[in-house]
Amino acid sequence: MVKFVAKDLNIWFGQVRALKNVDIEIKANEILSIIGPSNSGKTSFLRMLNRLNDLSPGFRMGGWLGFDGEDIRKIDICGLRKRVGMVFALPLPLPLSIFENVAYGVKMHGERRRPKVCALVEHSLKQAYLWDEVKDRLDVSAFKLSGGQQQRLCIARTLAVEPEVILFDEPCSGLDPISTSKVEEAMLKLKKDYTIVLVTNNVKQAARVGDRTAFFLSGELVELDSTEKIFTNPADRRTDGYIRGEFG
Amino acid sequence: MRKLKEFIIDKLIFICGLASIFFVILIFLFLSKEALAVFKYVSPVDFLAGKRWYPISEPAQLGILPLIFGSLMVTLGAAIISIPIGIACAVYISEVAPSGIKEFLKAGIELLAAIPSVVLGFIGMVTLVPWVKRIFGLPTGLTALSGSIILAFMAMPTIVSIAEDALYSVPKNYKEGAFALGATHWQTIYRVLLPAASSGIVAAVMLGIGRVIGETMAVMMITGNAAVIPHSILVPVRTLTATIAAEMGEAVVGSEHYFALFAIGIVLFIISFIINVSADLFLHKRS
Repeated sequence: MVKFVAKDLNIWFGQVRALKNVDIEIKANEILSIIGPSNSGKTSFLRMLNRLNDLSPGFRMGGWLGFDGEDIRKIDICGLRKRVGMVFALPLPLPLSIFENVAYGVKMHGERRRPKVCALVEHSLKQAYLWDEVKDRLDVSAFKLSGGQQQRLCIARTLAVEPEVILFDEPCSGLDPISTSKVEEAMLKLKKDYTIVLVTNNVKQAARVGDRTAFFLSGELVELDSTEKIFTNPADRRTDGYIRGEFG
Repeated sequence: MRKLKEFIIDKLIFICGLASIFFVILIFLFLSKEALAVFKYVSPVDFLAGKRWYPISEPAQLGILPLIFGSLMVTLGAAIISIPIGIACAVYISEVAPSGIKEFLKAGIELLAAIPSVVLGFIGMVTLVPWVKRIFGLPTGLTALSGSIILAFMAMPTIVSIAEDALYSVPKNYKEGAFALGATHWQTIYRVLLPAASSGIVAAVMLGIGRVIGETMAVMMITGNAAVIPHSILVPVRTLTATIAAEMGEAVVGSEHYFALFAIGIVLFIISFIINVSADLFLHKRS
């Protein structure tokens, strides 16, 4: 099943063209990694999928982007963002307790029954591999957690609203290797129930977790193939150069 | 040579820095010296809790409770009017308004801050006062309510501009994080931006109120200046500030009346000091 389809997708921020004629399909229950140097449009593409680009001044789009076969511009924006969750580069807990951080989105979408909220919080924290570390101190401020724990808290917060797709925007850029491996472990487990799109600057991370890998350069999609193929026998010379670290 | 220059500049700045504190201390000492003399004539309890302010009767009755109530009532009224409107205005400017309107509004708010208080008092006197009199069917429109409304206008610019700063300095990421969870714009404002900016907003409110409680001219012109304990917001009141301004000219130097006015000054000083310090505490909590 196909989750997202982009056809001839172009976007601009003011005069700057950030994506050029991108055609891409994202399948359900896969991890699609997106790699590319900075300013290659990979984050701009990711932020198209939950229409977060709409917040940026001067944003325009052309072409077609569909989610479950529907034009993404016609879907109710809050409903879309509930179904397509996002984890940001910097862990970004709200100034609330651990429990309230995870419960925040749940309550916001109208769930008031306390037992249901508690169950969702516990389930989400378990899915994000954080439960065992925080279960005794759920009412402590989220800022007391380490960076890696905060990032997993943000993953739990995203999971708690029960999305279908999770977008990861360089989720491990600020984390140490051990925290990174915990986040990656969580991602691999989540694949069963969710579609995951991972933007990463870490080429090896893409190789470790991605089912398929897309390479963006200067706003264009250069190549999209199975991760194995991209890393062993890429079709495009520029892909090869990038993953071998010749530029970036 | 350069070292000497360095040294002189260093000391000069040091002296300027000390000067402000030095003046505050001098003012406080002078105020205290004049004010404490009043307690030769009246006990501190009778002064603060006395219900009658007849400074020139024989013997003088120097109870400032009606004045304290007057100030508090006018300030409270102004706070009730200006806080919700001011915060809503700050939210509108920082979050909702398109950039053209935003600039226009900010300029307007600054203009409001630039109106001298005597002009506001004058406008209140010829427009607001008759209006209050007619609407509520009162014998006079010079009431605590009129004072509150005018003072609300004076507090608003402070509240709006500082609260707007506080909202603006909330990290953009908080907003995106809330939006990415599917929050509506209002949910983001109400549940993320306002709590995150809360300490700055509280400071804004405190500074706004600080301005109101020290305001003299406008309240003197439109609150009616009756030194009785008010039982409703629709009667004339007299504030601490207006009392000093109105009576200092005619009080005999060295009389108990004269000393009492200085003591009122101390009371005002202490109230403003408390408000400013608490505003400071909230501001620092933010950083």
